[in-house]
This record gives sequence, structure tokens and C-alpha cells, in this order.
Amino acid sequence: MTELLAGEGRGLWSDARRRLGCNRMALTALAVIVLLACLAALAPLLSPWAYDSLDWRHLAAPPGLTASHWLGTDRLGRDLLVRTLYGARLSLVISVVASAVSLAIGIAWGSIAGYAGGRTDAWMMRCVDVLYSLPYLFIVIILTTLFRRGSITVLLLGVAAVGWLTTARIVRGQTLALKRREFVEAARATGATPWDILRRHIVPNLLGPVAVYAALTVPQMIMFETFLSFLGLGVQEPNASLGNLVYVGAQEMESAPWLLIVPAAVLALLLISLNLFGDGVRDALDPRER
Amino acid sequence: MLGYALRRLLGILPTLLVIITVSFCVMRLAPGGPFDAEQALPPSVRANLERAYGLDQPLPLQYLRYLGRLAHGDLGPSLRQRDFTVSELIATGLPLSVTLGLAAVLLAVLLGIPAGVLAAIRRGSGLDHGVTTLAVLAIALPSFVTGPLLALIFGLYLHWLPVAGWEAGEPRYLVLPVLTLALPIAAYLARLMRGSLLEVLRAPYVRSARARGLGGARVLWRHALRPALLPVVSYLGPAVAFAVTGSLVVETVFGLPGTGRYLVQGAIDRDYPLVMGMIIVYAVFTLLCNLLADLLYGWLDPGVRHD
Repeated sequence: MTELLAGEGRGLWSDARRRLGCNRMALTALAVIVLLACLAALAPLLSPWAYDSLDWRHLAAPPGLTASHWLGTDRLGRDLLVRTLYGARLSLVISVVASAVSLAIGIAWGSIAGYAGGRTDAWMMRCVDVLYSLPYLFIVIILTTLFRRGSITVLLLGVAAVGWLTTARIVRGQTLALKRREFVEAARATGATPWDILRRHIVPNLLGPVAVYAALTVPQMIMFETFLSFLGLGVQEPNASLGNLVYVGAQEMESAPWLLIVPAAVLALLLISLNLFGDGVRDALDPRER
Repeated sequence: MLGYALRRLLGILPTLLVIITVSFCVMRLAPGGPFDAEQALPPSVRANLERAYGLDQPLPLQYLRYLGRLAHGDLGPSLRQRDFTVSELIATGLPLSVTLGLAAVLLAVLLGIPAGVLAAIRRGSGLDHGVTTLAVLAIALPSFVTGPLLALIFGLYLHWLPVAGWEAGEPRYLVLPVLTLALPIAAYLARLMRGSLLEVLRAPYVRSARARGLGGARVLWRHALRPALLPVVSYLGPAVAFAVTGSLVVETVFGLPGTGRYLVQGAIDRDYPLVMGMIIVYAVFTLLCNLLADLLYGWLDPGVRHD
């Protein structure tokens, strides 16, 4: 009985971790993500070829386990396996950083608006509404075309600039509910500044709902980045992103279908695993939603 | 209701003004200009060109002039395709883009909603698992991956449909693009429909209808479907907007002459009026779709009253 009551470490996070541990689909997805990420990170060590080294003896070579290039080469004789792994690496890094940036902006904006309330809140959320009603694709396209094309920083900022809106809305809603709670009142009574209350009491308490959203932001960001690269506005040749690899593959699918199939399959695998893992995180943190 | 609709319609104007102002500023403050890419224009020719298009004026004045012309429905000349006005360019591409988008939404509704309903009433069955799994796939995969793969399978290997391209009056060329565009929307609709119908079927009034002895089909049609459609309807507005914007990608994948190419090429060329025109047309479209969805929502849900 006492043991039950003492119930050590049964907070939101440990409960969630336990539920996630029981979700076989989500765990498989996580394993696939980790495997792909490791392969991508170790790409330079795994193959004698670099992502931009040309092999003149094997131009547009088809895949084959006995050949020197397992997954074939493109028209310039660059190894497709290495290029795909490099592309996956770039896409992963960009999407993770962009998610982090957009979450940070969204948390800051939403919690300040929610805590300040009144006219500040109205104005801040009005901005979000207006940005929300824009065809956001256009904003990103314009941002990435108008500044230096192919600059990864601009690509990152453009992608992140779109992602923060939903986070800001979720965070604001949570903040409105949290700021009426007793512990916030107590903190205010002890003379804590609004900044301290936000940082120490409100933000840590809204990380649950934000984590749910964050888990599904990463695949969205990958989709966005690869989409821009596909249109030729993102990562530029000779650098590889899964997006521009699919683009090249689609151009050459009649003569060299593997150039389309390999990067498309890796991108599909990555996106599906990330989505399944995200769904798992959502179910673990918010069991009502099931 | 009518008063509310009119008020909402007027409410679009300030939003539109913000959109125009922001895009104008971003575009004009970015480096480069429309006459850069051409090989070494003599300075005098360049100055003449800039004077002819009013680009030598101070920016605030240009902005006001643009707004003034816009109020008369004039989107200005294209700075690159100089034989055409922006309105003419958009008018040639828009019918195809809109057809593509609307056909995709229609197909998505026809596929997604029945699939969602079936999955919900046969919960836990093989059909339910099939629909849910397909939905995960279709949502996770971007159209620039599914598009080329569909073209590879149905066009190149099976020879059922053309791989890409366009001939006026030949609907065969639209099948794969519409399917590509419709898949993620259908998947999303199926998921929403399934979730909301499951929720409604658990509601007390549905149980009481069952208890009164009504059959499953009658409960579904008379009591459960309409409230369950609410979240689905509210997604339709964004869905139409998504489809029309998404047609941009699909047009690129399948080489269709819609408006998609104007935006990307226009932005690369710094063809200011063309890009502005595209943004305005698409923004108005998005805003109207959202407004329509809101109105439809109010009509379906007696709990929401606009007055």
C-alpha cells in the first residue's frame, strides 16, 4: 500500500515513456530513423566515393551488388548511394534545426501573448492570423528566391518562418489556462517578475503539448525543405538534398529509373517513420486522443 | 447570416492590404532587379526602361501607384514577358490550375469521406486497418514523390496514361496530376471523417436513437453523419487552398502549362508585377475558400450562430 502511494517517478514524462515503449509501431519507426541517421552521418566513412566525385568509367550505371556502385550512378558518374545518404543528412539537419528555431519562436511568441493578455495579446495573435491566411508556400518561395539562391541559412529561416505559427497558437492557449492556476498566483505573490514566471513556471508546464506538435513538425519541415529543393529553390547542385535528387530522378526516369526510385524510397521511408513516431509520441503524451 | 457574410467579406480587405504591403516590401528590398540578368544593357537603355515602368520613382510613390492601379483591377505589365500584361498571363494559366485543384478536391471528397465512414462503422476490421494504413502513407508522402512514381508506373511501365505533357481538350493528361494532388487530401479527409464519426457514434443521443430501435443505417444517415461532417467541412476550405497552391508542384512534375511556373520563374526574374499578381490572386482565393468553409460550418452546426 505504502509502495503504491509513494509511486516514485510517475510523472507525465515517465508515463509517456512507458506508453511509448509499448508501442511497437513507434519503436520500429524510431529504429528506422536512428538507422538512417547513423548511415547518413557515417556516409563519408562507408564508401570510397565522395558525393561529388565523378567516376568516368561508370556513367549512369545501373545498380548491382557486384558493381563498384551498389545503387548505381547518375549521368555524371556520381555514386547514388553516397549522394542519397548525403541528401538525407542535409535534409535531416535542416529540418531538425528549422523545427527547433520555429518551436523557439512559437513558444516565446505564444507564451508572451498569452501571459500579457489584453491588447498586446490581441495584436500579437492578429499578426499570427494574418500570416496564417497567407498562402504560406508563397512566402517561403519568395524569401528563398529573393535572397541568395541556394543559401542554406535563408532556406532554413524561410522554412522556420512558416512553422512557428501553429506552435504560437497552441502555446498561447495553454498559457491562458496555466496563468490562472494557483502556483502561478503563488509565484506572483512572492514577487516573481513576469519574465521569471514565464521562464520558470509557465514554459516548463506547456512542454507536453508542444512536444506532441514538435514530433510532427520535423517531418513537415523535411517535406518543406525537399519541396523547395525539388523546385530548384533550395539546396543546389552539386550538393545533394533528397528533394533535388528526386527532381533529377524524375527528369531521367525513362533512361535511369533507379535515379528516381532510390531517393524517393529513402525520402518516403524517412517521412513515414517520422510520422509514425510522431503519432506514437502524441498517443503516449495524450492518451485521450486515441 | 447575410449581414455576417458581407461583414466577413469586407474583413478580407485589410488582410489583403497587409499581404500586398508585406510582399511588396520583401520583394523590393531584396537585392537585384528585373533588368539584371540581361547581358550588359547600356546604362541609357536601362534608365529608359526603368523610367518607362516607373521604377525610377521613390518606393513609397511606386507603392501608392501600384495600389491605385490595383483598385481599378489593373495588375500592370509583365517586366519580362513584355508583350503581355500580368492579367493576360494569369488568365491563360489559371483555368488549368483551378480545374486541376477543384477536380482534385472533388476526387478527394468522393474517395476520402466514404472511406472514412466505412472505416468508422467497420472499426477494427481489415478494411479499417487498410484505410488507416493507406492514409498514413498518403499523408506522409509529398506529391513530388508520388507524382513521378505514379508516372513511372502508369505511364512508363503500363502505358495506360501519358507520362507528362498537355494537350487542350484531352482529359487523359489530367488523370495522373489530379490523382497525385487528391491523394493526400483524400487521406486527410478519411482520417478526419473516421475520427469524428467514431466520436459521434459514442454520443448519448446516438445510443438513445439505437435504443428506440432505429436501424444502423437510419441512425447513421439521420443522426450521426451531419454532426460528424463538421470538422471535415472546416477542413475543406484549407483543402481547396492547398489543392490550388499544390497544383504548382504537380504542374511542375507533369509539365502542365498552369500558373505555377509564373511564381517561381517570376520571383527568380524579379518580375515584380507578375509575382505580386500571383500572390494577390492566390491570396484572394485562399481567403474566399476559408470564408466559404466558415459559412458552411455555420449552416451545418445550429450551435454556431452568426449575428
